[in-house]
Amino acid sequence: MHSLKAITPLGGTCPQIDHFDGLLISENSDRALASIAARQGREAECSAAVQSILGLKLPQPAKWSIGGAYMAWWMGPDLWMVDADHTDHELLAVNVKRAVGSVGSVAEQTDGWCRFDVSGARVLDVFERLCNLNLRAGEAGDAHRASIEHLGCFVLCLEAGAKYAVIGPRSSAGALHHALLTTAQSVI
Amino acid sequence: MNAGHADFRADGSTANAGAKRGAQVNRLSGGLVNSAKVMNFTFDGKAFQGYEGDTLASALLANGVRLMGRSFKYHRPRGPLTAGSEEPNALVELRSGGRQEPNTRATVAELYEGMEANSQNRWPSLERDFMSINDRFSNFLTAGFYYKTFMWPAAFWEKVYEPIIRKAAGLGRLSMEDDPDAYDKGFLHCDLLIIGAGPAGLAAALTAGRVGAQVILAEEDFLLGGRLNAESFGLGDISGAAWIAQVCDELAALPNVRVMPRTTVVGAYDHGVYSAVERVADHVLAPEVGKPRQILWRIYSKRALLSAGATERPIAFENNDRPGIMLAGAMRAYVNRWAVTPAQTVAVFTNNDDGHRTAADLIAKGVKVTAVVDTRADAPKVEGVELFAGAQVIDTKGRLGLTSVRLRLASGITRDIPCGALAVSGGWNPNVHLTCHQRGRPAWREDIAAFVPAGELPPGMSVIGAANGDFSTAAALRTGAKGAVAALSDLGIAATVAELPQAEDAPVNLQAFWYVKEGKGRAWLDLQNDVTVKDVKLAHQENFRSVEHLKRYTTLGMATDQGKTSNMGGLAVMAELVGKQIPEVGTTMFRPPYTPVAMGTLAGRSVGEEFRPTRKTPSHKWAEEQGATFVEVGMWLRTQWFPRKGETHWRQSVDREVLQIRKSVGICDVTTLGKIDVQGPDAAEFLNHIYANAFGKLAVGKVRYGLMLREDGIAYDDGTAARLAEDHFVVTTTTANAVLVYRNMEFARQCLWPDLDVQVISTTEAWAQFAVAGPNARKLLQKIVDPEFDLSNEAFPFMGCGEVTVCGGLRARLFRISFSGELAFEIAVPTRYGDGLIRALMQAGEEFDVVPYGTEALGVMRIEKGHAAGNELNGTTSALNLGMARMVSKKKDCIGNTSSARAGMNQDDALMLVGLKPVNSTDPVAAGSHLMNAIGVVSAEADQGYITSAAYSPVLGCSIGLGLLKNGGNRKGEILRAVNPLEGREVEVEVVSAHFVDPEGERLRA
Repeated sequence: MHSLKAITPLGGTCPQIDHFDGLLISENSDRALASIAARQGREAECSAAVQSILGLKLPQPAKWSIGGAYMAWWMGPDLWMVDADHTDHELLAVNVKRAVGSVGSVAEQTDGWCRFDVSGARVLDVFERLCNLNLRAGEAGDAHRASIEHLGCFVLCLEAGAKYAVIGPRSSAGALHHALLTTAQSVI
Repeated sequence: MNAGHADFRADGSTANAGAKRGAQVNRLSGGLVNSAKVMNFTFDGKAFQGYEGDTLASALLANGVRLMGRSFKYHRPRGPLTAGSEEPNALVELRSGGRQEPNTRATVAELYEGMEANSQNRWPSLERDFMSINDRFSNFLTAGFYYKTFMWPAAFWEKVYEPIIRKAAGLGRLSMEDDPDAYDKGFLHCDLLIIGAGPAGLAAALTAGRVGAQVILAEEDFLLGGRLNAESFGLGDISGAAWIAQVCDELAALPNVRVMPRTTVVGAYDHGVYSAVERVADHVLAPEVGKPRQILWRIYSKRALLSAGATERPIAFENNDRPGIMLAGAMRAYVNRWAVTPAQTVAVFTNNDDGHRTAADLIAKGVKVTAVVDTRADAPKVEGVELFAGAQVIDTKGRLGLTSVRLRLASGITRDIPCGALAVSGGWNPNVHLTCHQRGRPAWREDIAAFVPAGELPPGMSVIGAANGDFSTAAALRTGAKGAVAALSDLGIAATVAELPQAEDAPVNLQAFWYVKEGKGRAWLDLQNDVTVKDVKLAHQENFRSVEHLKRYTTLGMATDQGKTSNMGGLAVMAELVGKQIPEVGTTMFRPPYTPVAMGTLAGRSVGEEFRPTRKTPSHKWAEEQGATFVEVGMWLRTQWFPRKGETHWRQSVDREVLQIRKSVGICDVTTLGKIDVQGPDAAEFLNHIYANAFGKLAVGKVRYGLMLREDGIAYDDGTAARLAEDHFVVTTTTANAVLVYRNMEFARQCLWPDLDVQVISTTEAWAQFAVAGPNARKLLQKIVDPEFDLSNEAFPFMGCGEVTVCGGLRARLFRISFSGELAFEIAVPTRYGDGLIRALMQAGEEFDVVPYGTEALGVMRIEKGHAAGNELNGTTSALNLGMARMVSKKKDCIGNTSSARAGMNQDDALMLVGLKPVNSTDPVAAGSHLMNAIGVVSAEADQGYITSAAYSPVLGCSIGLGLLKNGGNRKGEILRAVNPLEGREVEVEVVSAHFVDPEGERLRA
């Protein structure tokens, strides 16, 4: 076991949680991420390998899917992000690469991103001030790319109208968090 | 006849009414104001009272104040012309300090307790305005005055004329203090956006809401109902207000309907997108802490119904601008909605039946109406008031407010009628503005003498009610409901027309009449910009006959009201002059915003430090603890230097850092450099195309410096590519170009070489990367990298790379590359451990007196080493200029290589990168200085090149520079002059090798 201590994207030793009346914003630093890009002409093999070895069916555009310990969302044509619990899957990229072998390109993305889980009765009121996604018309399983506070983010609908994950660039975690707090304060 | 007598004060207010409902001498009974809730406010420092539900204008009128502003050019006394957002006259400064807002329309400023309002564009007071002297010189200040007067002498323009004009121009003033309020932005989606909540909009909302469609109903007023609030007639057997209340209750109970009062839709854009401004807290003294004052909404609609109503237009006649003269519909609104009369005696001037409705409502409220003047010879009679059919108002009197009007009767004789207010109606113009935001052109309808929406409307938009020329209440309700059914039908949503109440259905009975031709004085068309009928005639005379030219020459239709009450008058006059019909003259283009929008609203949350997001490095927190100074680089906050106790100047810190690195070891956070993961069987071939130099044969475990060119052969970025596996590279880019290079790679992958099997993805933020540089770099790293990894020169030579573990097993990447020219490594770990790694490195380096260093020391060392950076890759330099011509491989195709071969980029005297050293070692070398031969004139023609980068080298003990010099490769040893004409400096410099330190590269290979 190495001796280096991890910090969260917001710079703390443990995730930050912010409470509002009808809204909870939780920094989630316990996710491991790896991108998979299918190699040319090997798209079907890549998807099949992920399904057979990881038990995860790669999702369609603008969707996320779950399978066993893994979750994945669509990022672009033949490009997905695989997500798993960091505590148990810190070497996620290594394992995913092992699964897809030469039919997919895998890159470790764990610390390229920060994640905030936003939930509560006022969540939609807050999101309509943050980004142009029509979340009121969405459903659990949606995964969208959106610009939030000038930052390219992913917004995953975990529970329609109740719980969403915002995944943004890690170096701007402070700016993204500030936007979430300011908006929440503005709305609530 | 109920003509009466009134006494007028000098300011035009009436004195005879006595105390009614407190000091509100012109307050009537009834209305939609809450007289139980008194609101205290001030105007020009004087205290007044109004009621909840008042606007500033209605409250002032209630208090007998008609004079509310001064006109733009002539400083003429002015009062409200309208009761809505189209107001040209009653513009005031609201609030004070940072919240002071100029040019606020008193007619839509919702009264709140403690409101502070001041008149503007006057000195020293509204009643006695020194600048009203302009009015005496009106013959000289006609349209085109500036263009004709300030032509010469030319030298006077910048220093004399412009400052004077700027000082005189404008209406209200900014306080120049920071706005303390917050603003927000938001995004909404709906099936049907309904713009305006008058009878048409409400009928549409009911129809669509009842079938479950997602509806947004936006209304700029704080009350829903539109004109129904201003009229005395009812709907069915209930009052208009009661019907509105019923509808509001029903809409409020529908979760699929979002009702947005105080929200103005200001722009129509592509794809059904609309912008709207919601005034969240303009009706209170100040917003709650953390809450926005206004929100700018972007509304994505599948269909939109425009029910923006119509704007009444005035008739121009001599001195038609005195306070007390207002539009007849507005006066009806003041009487019925706000229970206010602008004066105790009123006359009416009209060309249509709507003016008669005003007279009837005034009489019903007990106001004395002294005359109804109707331009139509066959005008219908009005009960209880003398009618002057076929007559015209030809002049008015009253210094600061109307006291009487002079009529030319049908018989030809004149007659003076005393009155404190005149209600004028020239007909109604549908509010077509939003239909034109995408270049739609309205069409003329002769029966109403007005333009109506036509041609190509914004996709998905339909128009209902008065905005479409259907002026009666019954028509508005009917078209509203039917419009909603049709719009929803397009979306596959079945709806039926809601049951509608009986309503007035009076036909439009109008005889077009634009201006009174009698009189030599000024008849005002555009009250905000002081444009008269004469000005339009002058424009015509001087050949500015196109409506667009007319607008610019006279300023007709400009500024805050955008000519909502004036454009038609101007067009009519021009049409007459050119002998055309009005539709042949055309209209000017309406553009967003429909009403003025504060700059703060457009900015939203993006202000101050939050103007754009910042990016922080993994060691940011640690660097803050060390007291580091930061600099913004491509949104990153990078450490500039680390001051130590006793250091009072940045140079002390930077010199110390450089010397210590060259002597022992230093650490720098280089996470900000772009890292692009390139994988796939064709990754090497892909990089061969991307870089000017070859990468196909780079061995696994090796790093190579690479130069990227634009298509035109100019160098735009450089960095390294490390080959981690046969099919896996990590490309580094400069900090500022990380996104650009990634974007270009994605473009090349998808569009230029789609057959290559290669995948690229950014991993910049995933890895925390630190440069460890200096003679003791290896010794330090050996304490961090786990012992099974051999870092010796033999096992891990210069330009080597590999995956290692650190601190007892953490995965890491190690690169032996050097920007400083020293023995150096860059070590990368997952970003969450970056903070831990910098602390571990610093601790491990204590025995070597390790120093952290920032971008300044980095910059000094790269100049000492002769490495090109952003100053040299400045968008004008080629590989040849940078001394890297041989890197542009001729054996392969790559972006920019063909253009690099152009003759113009390969001239014999091409600029070449050189080093520059002062002849006198105490002389400074300044970046930006131009290089001139030692002898000869200093001129652009004699220019030999310029200095791109300069720094003080603590190693050499003098300033040094890098520069681009003509034929620089052959001029080593030559003495030149570095001239800085802007600062009057000239320094002798010697041309030397760009590699000031360790030119043979022995240190970095140690």
